[in-house]
Amino acid sequence: MTLAAFASYMLTGLAGASSLFLVAAGLSLIFGVTRVVNFAHGSFFMLGLYLAVTLAGVFGRTPLGFWGAVVCASLAVGAIGVVVERLILRPLYAAPELLQLLATFAVVLIVKDAALWIWGPEDLLGPRAPGLSSAVPVLGRSIPEYDLLLIALGPLVMAGLWLLLTRTRFGRLIRAATEDREMTAALGIDQARLFTLVFALGSALAGLGGALQLPREPANLSLDLSIVADAFVVVVLGGLGSLPGAFLASLLIAELKAFCIGLGFSKATLVIEFLVMAVVLVFRPHGLLGRPDPPARATEAEAGEPIPPLVWIPVALALAFPLLAGGYAVILAIDIVILALFAASLRWLIGPAGLVSFGHAAFFGLGAYAAAIAALKLGWPMAAALAAAPLVAAFGAFAFGLVAVRLSGVYLAMLSLAFAQIVWSLAFQWDALTGGSNGLVGIWPAAAVADKTRYYALVLGLAIAAWLLLGRIERGRLGYAIRAARDSQLRAEALGFDVPALRRIALVISGAVAGLAGGLFVYSKGSLSPETLAIPRSVDGLVMVLLGGLASPLGPLLGAGLFTWLQDEAARRIEFWRALVGFVILALVLFAPRGLAGLLRRPRA
Amino acid sequence: MKAILGLLAATLVAGAADAQPIKLGELNSYKVFPAFLEPYKMGMELARTEINASGGILGRPLEIVIRDDGGTPGDAVRVAEELLTREGVAALTGTFASNVGLAVSDFAKQRKTLFIAAEPLTDKIVWDNGNRYTFRLRASTYMQTAMLVPEALKAAKPRWAIVYPNYEYGQSATEAFKKLMAEKQPGVQFVAEQAPALGRIDAGAVVQAIEDAKPDAIFSSLFGPDLAKFVREGNLRGLFKNRPVINLLGGEPEYLDPLKDETPEGWIVTGYPWQSIQTPEHKRFHDAYQAKFKDYPRLGSVVGYTAIHSFAAAVKKAGSLDQEKMVDAMKGLQLSSPFGPITYRALDHQSTMGAYVGKLALKDGKGVMVDWSFADGAKFLPSDDAVMKLRPKE
Repeated sequence: MTLAAFASYMLTGLAGASSLFLVAAGLSLIFGVTRVVNFAHGSFFMLGLYLAVTLAGVFGRTPLGFWGAVVCASLAVGAIGVVVERLILRPLYAAPELLQLLATFAVVLIVKDAALWIWGPEDLLGPRAPGLSSAVPVLGRSIPEYDLLLIALGPLVMAGLWLLLTRTRFGRLIRAATEDREMTAALGIDQARLFTLVFALGSALAGLGGALQLPREPANLSLDLSIVADAFVVVVLGGLGSLPGAFLASLLIAELKAFCIGLGFSKATLVIEFLVMAVVLVFRPHGLLGRPDPPARATEAEAGEPIPPLVWIPVALALAFPLLAGGYAVILAIDIVILALFAASLRWLIGPAGLVSFGHAAFFGLGAYAAAIAALKLGWPMAAALAAAPLVAAFGAFAFGLVAVRLSGVYLAMLSLAFAQIVWSLAFQWDALTGGSNGLVGIWPAAAVADKTRYYALVLGLAIAAWLLLGRIERGRLGYAIRAARDSQLRAEALGFDVPALRRIALVISGAVAGLAGGLFVYSKGSLSPETLAIPRSVDGLVMVLLGGLASPLGPLLGAGLFTWLQDEAARRIEFWRALVGFVILALVLFAPRGLAGLLRRPRA
Repeated sequence: MKAILGLLAATLVAGAADAQPIKLGELNSYKVFPAFLEPYKMGMELARTEINASGGILGRPLEIVIRDDGGTPGDAVRVAEELLTREGVAALTGTFASNVGLAVSDFAKQRKTLFIAAEPLTDKIVWDNGNRYTFRLRASTYMQTAMLVPEALKAAKPRWAIVYPNYEYGQSATEAFKKLMAEKQPGVQFVAEQAPALGRIDAGAVVQAIEDAKPDAIFSSLFGPDLAKFVREGNLRGLFKNRPVINLLGGEPEYLDPLKDETPEGWIVTGYPWQSIQTPEHKRFHDAYQAKFKDYPRLGSVVGYTAIHSFAAAVKKAGSLDQEKMVDAMKGLQLSSPFGPITYRALDHQSTMGAYVGKLALKDGKGVMVDWSFADGAKFLPSDDAVMKLRPKE
């Protein structure tokens, strides 16, 4: 690579870094102050771009029109952020943190359908920026003028934010709240107002990031999730709540991507940011510039809540019903029970073990691929292939546990996401073994259980066995030890428990159950492809667990049942079904913050 | 008298049974690929109205039960099950992405149900993973690539760069292009290959990398947002100056229209020049579509429209809804489409529907296809022997 080529990739990378930083900065601010894992951040970015395209059309192709559109779009998204914070997040600050994640996921669904409704299905490419509509030669290469502007804008925004944070009272409050929320509140700061302002600022930054892409990419409906994943990686890689860290991480990722492409490894861009994040987190568990969290204060212990025995009767009846009814009830029930098993494995990890995973689909997918490969490539009979599923997934969980147990909180969650993405990219690229992006087809159950009702009986039997086993472990000595490690690492260690080992065990058990669910899944569908272990499945798992409620073992079943049934029904009946699912989730989050299972618990005296 | 009454009653009952609609199950990723599938849905609707206005199928009206397959094979298989068990549909059609198409195709084989894969482009659905129950309408990745190869040969350029979205469609297009070019233009060199992830192209760096390889020409299979980003960056940085570019699917209104004044003139593409096709079949379709929806048809409209007519023609030919009879009727089925007559080949269940090959041009700030010609799908398939080798024995 010549010096000129090197410089031009460098510049392209810098422009990309600025774009990335703008989105990530807002996310970082919001997380730092409010601790909300804001899934809807990518949706705000998408809205910013759509609004800018529309406004640029209205304002006309003059520099004033263009920049007016960018600024107005950004402000409008900030205003939308305020509405979301006031109406949806404010009632939830007292609720468990993950619930806010669920609420923002509902916002994602609603915004996506709203954008489709308002702007239609076609991609909308904005105009070039007037006055910056061509390229200039730099060392004999053409670099778009607009890229140069972006390169300058990133550091400018960084500097502006830095001044805001260090030189203003508002900034001091943000830093204080990032440092210690409760102390800030105790000193008489109006938290509600602070949170709203920070959310507005963060959302406006996301909107600005989107609007600035106006000349670079078309507004389209798949931007939200791809952007939010990138932004999360940057924020975590840089260190949560650290703006300089986010800046550094944006730079690192954008430059690596540019040079991957420049050196002819374009396929590596599929996974490079996740690889980098995984490596960094293994060696620096709090990101590049993040600081260790202060020791966690005692949290409300979420012990398994007793469920009134009477509740089990309708549950048992509901599970038995498809066996008699046949038809589509069986088919839907197979999906629900398999997903409930997957959700149960995730609840086990998040609840008793206190380890949040954003990449749990990795274990589900490992099980599914193990069964499929055993059946198709090795010719194993169904029973053997199904047995391989939990074993391979458990092995994957063990391998993940080797590097993961030092981490906690969101860092651990993001490492699990990175792990899942790495496994996903292997499934995606390893054509000979996994069939690549098409996946594998022709994995049907043995003749004895080919009938759907019989297959359901098999699924139900295995699921109940796994549930009973999980419950037994949870209430046994091992379960208490794992919970001790969750509630107070220091005390558990003082009592002689090997905390990392306990966490590894929890991971392996959870991975094995998720793998079993994956194996059952692949035989119920006859095929699988990389989406089996992609991000949306991990998110679905989280949604089911949180909808159902963490406290009770019944939660995953209720959550999976409701979510799957709702999607199935809504998608059949109305066009904007995603928005409907979003609204239902919002309603449940606001009115049943302890999940469906929480509604069933005995009223406290 | 009694006999007459009995006869009358029997006729009435039979009449009522006849009025029962024939249900066709359609599943597609409406929320994932709305730009293509919204017009597709309207195309289906037009076909349904036409069929019912002309007396339905076997004297029964046609009903299309449309479902969203969520864009994943797992959900698609569940939706297909629902269509079969609860709705009792006579056959399945639809799907967009290759992985979903293949999953539903294997499901159709398992359930011995006719499946007309309308849009998936993967070659595997009729070749490597072909089965008795699956038929495919659209010209496949291989066919459309083969249609562009004569144009690439005319350019007579030794050094080619290739850019494609990194998944099966882009990979097969690239593989087919390299193979066909190497056969027909010995000594051709492929100097750069860029495979960005679908929907996530880093256009600046990709354009830069292609420029660095100093190719004489470029073959691309990008579409959607990736294509728009690549075009804008390439135009800005002068990548396309004095370089022929060939882009699979680039002339489909779904992907061309968003480019507007950024449309790269002179690119050679496959697509659908709806403004200027004057054949009577197309004119009739275009006018009916325009009249019904007050909008021009996109390529998706043609695909949806033709898929539904294919099913109707198959049932008419079979004279029954029996799966085996419908499948036998599909083999070698001939019908008229907006693109002219097509045949579902008995050999591999691929239809001979063609595509238009032409050049992109700018007209009134919009992208159009000019100097186009129609490429008949039948002429761009490998030899029968080669196909038979790929396809598993039934």
